[in-house]
Formats: sequence, C-alpha cells, structure tokens
Amino acid sequence: MNKRMARLVTFRRYQPLLKQLVEKDIKLKYRRSFLGYVWSILNPLLIMIIMVLVFSSMFRFDIENFPVYLITGQTIFNFVSDATNQALFSITGNAALLKKTYVPKYIFTLSKVTSSLVNTLFSLGAMLIVLLVCRVRFNVFMLFIPVILLQTYLFCIGLGLLLAQATVFFRDVQYIYAAFLTAWMYLTPIFYPIGQLSFRLMWMIKHFNPLYAYITQLRQVVLEGAFPDPRLIFYGFVVAFLSLVIGTWVFLRNQDRFILYI
Amino acid sequence: MENDYAVVVDHASVRFNIASERIDNLKEYFVKLVKRELMFKEFLALKDVNLRVRKGEAWGIIGVNGSGKSTLLKLICGILKPYKGTVSINGSIAPLIELGAGFDGDLTAKENIFLNGAVLGYDKKFMERQFQEIVDFAELWDFMDMPIKNYSSGMAARLGFSIATIVKPDILICDEVLAVGDYAFQQKCERRMAELRGNGTTLLYVSHSIESVKEICGHALWLDKGAARMAGDAEAVCDAYMEALQD
Repeated sequence: MNKRMARLVTFRRYQPLLKQLVEKDIKLKYRRSFLGYVWSILNPLLIMIIMVLVFSSMFRFDIENFPVYLITGQTIFNFVSDATNQALFSITGNAALLKKTYVPKYIFTLSKVTSSLVNTLFSLGAMLIVLLVCRVRFNVFMLFIPVILLQTYLFCIGLGLLLAQATVFFRDVQYIYAAFLTAWMYLTPIFYPIGQLSFRLMWMIKHFNPLYAYITQLRQVVLEGAFPDPRLIFYGFVVAFLSLVIGTWVFLRNQDRFILYI
Repeated sequence: MENDYAVVVDHASVRFNIASERIDNLKEYFVKLVKRELMFKEFLALKDVNLRVRKGEAWGIIGVNGSGKSTLLKLICGILKPYKGTVSINGSIAPLIELGAGFDGDLTAKENIFLNGAVLGYDKKFMERQFQEIVDFAELWDFMDMPIKNYSSGMAARLGFSIATIVKPDILICDEVLAVGDYAFQQKCERRMAELRGNGTTLLYVSHSIESVKEICGHALWLDKGAARMAGDAEAVCDAYMEALQD
C-alpha cells in the first residue's frame, strides 16, 4: 500500500513533465510547416475525401451518409494507430534521458498517448466540417463523445505500455505490430458496413475487436442521433480497464530491467 | 542516528547481463533457446560496495576507467537498481551525470529550460520565477530563441549546470561534467559548488583529476574493478591510488 502511495506522489511530482512532453510533441509536430496546426484538420479531411471518391466510384457500399460513416471510423482508428505506434517507441526513443536521470519511465509512454489524444481533438474539427457539409443534425447525445474518447484513451495507454516494454527487449515488435495494424484496419469496419461480412467474421469482430465498440458508439451518437448501446459502453470500458491493468502490470514488472537493454 | 547520513549504500552489487552479443530480437532468442545457448555471462559492475556518507560531507570517487564510478552514481540517483544490497537516500538529489540530458535539439533554449526543469521535477511557475537567474548564470542571453541543436557542447553544458543547480539540493552528484566548459565558466561552477557546500549540501564527486578531488573533497572512495578498494580520508586514499597507478 505504501509503495502505491509513493507511486502516486511521484506521479504528481512529474505532472509538469507530462505536460511539457505533450506540449513539446505538439509544438514540434508542425514546426516549420506553413499551415501548422491546420494540418491536423486538413490531413484527415483530405484522406477522407480521397476515400469517399474511391469508394463511391470504384467500390460501392450501401451506406447512408458515407462521408460521415467514414470519418467517424477513421478518427477513432487513426487515434489508436497513432497513439500505439508512438507509444511503442516511447522508451527506446528516450534511452539517452533514461540512462542519465531518474524519471518515472511510464511518463514517456503516457505523454505519447496523450499527445495523440490532443491531435485527435484537433481532428474532431475535420469531423465537424464533414458534419456541417453533410447536414447532420446536432443532437444532445453528442455530449457523450468525450466518454467514447476516454474509453479509447485508456485502452491505448494499456496497449501502449505493453508495446513499449516489449520493444525494449525485442526490437522485432515494431515490425510485427506494423503488420498487425494493417490487419486490424481491415478487420475494423471503417469503410465497409459490418453486415457485409460472413456471420462468423462478424461475430469475431464484435467480440474481439474493441475498436468496433468504440467506433460503433461514435456512429450511433453522430449518425443515428441516439444514445449508444449500453452493452457497447460496458464492453468498451471493461476492455479499456483490462488493457490498462495488464499493460501497467507488465510494464512495472519489467521496468527495472529496461536500463540493461536500451 | 541514521538521520545523520545522506547516502547509505549497503553491500550493493549491480549486475549486467552481458550476453556475448546482446539479444534483442526474437529470431535470435529462439535460435539460442533451441540450441540451449541462451546463457548470460554475468558481469558485476559493482561488487558488494559499502558507502556511508554523512550529511554535509564531500566524497570523491576515484578509479580507472570502467571501475564502476558512474555505475555507483547512477545507483545512488535511482537510475539503476541494486541487484543485491540496498541504497537509501536522505534528501533531494541534483544529478549532474550528463548536463542537459533532457534537452531536445529541436526546441529552443528557452523551451528546453522548462523541459529540463520538468525532468528534474519542477513545475512551470517555479521555472518562470527562476528563468532569469538561470539565463544570467549561463550568460546566454542572446541565444535563448536558438534551437539547442545549434549550441556547442560547452554552451549546452552551461545551460544544464545552471538549471541543475538552481535549487539548493541536499545531495549534489557530479560526474566530470565541468570538463567541457571554458576556464571562466569552470571557475564559476566551482564557486557555485562551494557556495552550495557552504550551505550544507552533500557532494559526491567523480573526477580523474586527483588534485581537484584532494582540493574539493574531505573523503574519497577508491573503486577497483567494481569493488571498493579503499575508503576514507581523501589525502590518504588519493596517495594510495596514485602509488598503485605508478606500479
């Protein structure tokens, strides 16, 4: 118990560092680019436009309001993909610092996931533009969006911690994860309707792909103007906490050995 | 009684696994696992070292390259964990193991001051209050908006030292960091260290310059291949060390 209290005190002491690291990431991301932060909105928008063009002329799915369907899925998936990818390198990338000063190591992973969250908040601007152009009516359930992002955020922290510590011991993880992410993208209904799939695959995705739960909640709020299915919310939070607990546990168990491998 | 001590290192050993080559990919790991070659050569960077430093004392740590001096300092800072034994610290530590370890080359000096401050655990408000003093001490007024990657190592070291010593720490840990600065700045750093020492800061000092150890420190620890060879009065330990070197 005492150890846990001590950890909490340390976490509070390094709160400013977390803030500084997130600020650094965001400042540096667009430094020296002419449009700067506008890219956070413009980038997802451009990709979405291309995907809409591809999927409305080359492949056709029977989806109402396809641009909105697409950008909601894309926002969540990009968040998870970016956050975990950044987190993966958070320990190995800060080796120089970790070798020379004492800093709680998880701060780096946490800061990467948090800067991804901030970027996602910017990219909600892109979603907003699509909503306006497609004349989606705003509804009170949209206030639930932060809760959806919170589930995704917690999930990413857990997964990020797991990946970060694994990468320290085995650098292969980065390549394996890159392939895994591609598979994950196709197994997440981002640009196709889940109903297109065979029953078995659909069942698998609904039960084992947490991104389905997060994206569907967002779509239910935005596209259907309804409160998300409580079962999905419950499932989303359970998976998020599970990921967080497992990630934290494995990370803390192995962190003292990092120094020998970085 | 125990409160008199700032640093107590009790029978501490630090182990590194130096596998003949470092295995950090899966293929190699499995190949070696299958061939039963997965053995680690154990290498003890520190062997059963004892060090008890009273509050306010200045200890020099001497020894040839690779004798474990930096490992001992890292152990005391909490960067490394002991494999055996214990380390207990009483008070706040300012580690000067490498100046500006937390600097990010793409950020400007000004932004780096805040980042480095946060690495040491200070919040933004506090750093804002100390900002001018840091810049004044480092004498880098004209270079605050320059990215650190364009700094020379001496300039970066100035900034690092200014930040690390802005607060009076209970324990100051110095690992040959002053070697990069120019003469005037070295003098300035030594004055600041003396000032801190005057206020009761405990000092752990690693240097290859025996003269400066004798001058600054009252006590010394001689490390030889990871083991403590001799500890005690600085003059005596330094003389014994020099004698051993000449043989």
